Amino acid sequence: MAGLMSRFTTLFKVKANTMLDKAEDPGETLDYSYTQQLEMLQKVKRGVADVVTAKKRLQLQTAKLEESIVKLDGQARQAMAGNREDLARTALERKSLIQGQLQGLDTQISQLEQQQQNLVDQERRLSAKVESFRTQKEVVKAQYSAAEAQVRIGEATTGLGEEMSDVGLALQRAQDKTEQMQARAAAVNELVDTGAIDDLTAPAGSDLDAQIAALTAGNQVDAELAKLKAEVGSGTPAPELGQGAAPAEAQEEPK
Amino acid sequence: MSVVRILGSGQFRLDDSEVGRLNELDNAVAAAVAAGDGPEFTRTFAALVAHVREQGTAVPDGEIVTSDHVLPAVDTTLDEAREAFSGEGAIPG
Repeated sequence: MAGLMSRFTTLFKVKANTMLDKAEDPGETLDYSYTQQLEMLQKVKRGVADVVTAKKRLQLQTAKLEESIVKLDGQARQAMAGNREDLARTALERKSLIQGQLQGLDTQISQLEQQQQNLVDQERRLSAKVESFRTQKEVVKAQYSAAEAQVRIGEATTGLGEEMSDVGLALQRAQDKTEQMQARAAAVNELVDTGAIDDLTAPAGSDLDAQIAALTAGNQVDAELAKLKAEVGSGTPAPELGQGAAPAEAQEEPK
Repeated sequence: MSVVRILGSGQFRLDDSEVGRLNELDNAVAAAVAAGDGPEFTRTFAALVAHVREQGTAVPDGEIVTSDHVLPAVDTTLDEAREAFSGEGAIPG
């Protein structure tokens, strides 16, 4: 098997060679190349803006999910105080789902930040090369015939074709990544946006809760429920409070 | 001197004495792809990229040169690398 590098080099060069179309009039080819380069620069700038927008959207979503967590926490506590362990469990299961979603969002936001940084770096490199191409183009046009000028600047044209291919691929990757992220988050986003996630009044055993229970099975919901029970239980002025007081006395004994 | 482009990360000039090692590392990547070994691919590909970055010198922004070798982007997955070999084109039209 040939190396990955040689395989990739061949594939990439084929693509890079088709990046800069030639104008029919050789005299215009250099100017035409330059116009295409400027267009690509504009595309990168838009690409950076798109990634920033996607990142902001995810940050907003994070804030919303954090609000939902606070709300569901309060609901779980209230439900437990009202002796509705079933509702408290539902609230905690939903909270657990959202917590998982939040962790995913953090990762996605940092990935987008990386994409943004890469595109900004690429924009800087392309911009410097385009400027250098413009200067070389003016120099050779002043000194040579159109056909000769093209030969003289041939390497620069190929080199820029490479740079543009590279940038084009990076834009494609950035776009694919943001689309994947949006698609993955869409289902939970919808539940949060419509308020369905923190509406515990929906009929018990609804599809939503069955799905959430399956998704969050085996995680910390049981432990958290027990903890909440202990906390809320100890604060309830119920007749059996006397039993809860015993451990406190036991703790004081060693003194 | 050889010029190596890492897609998305720019170009690096590498002394010809480093190219032998580059090929060795590259063969290890190809072997991992052939074996369909994800962790091994991640490890060998990272080593290949690191070699280029550490032993090479970045080509200045304003300099236009063609590359002798091209490596895929640093976040390339095993599946994407496999596509390059199968000829389905990891490089979309």
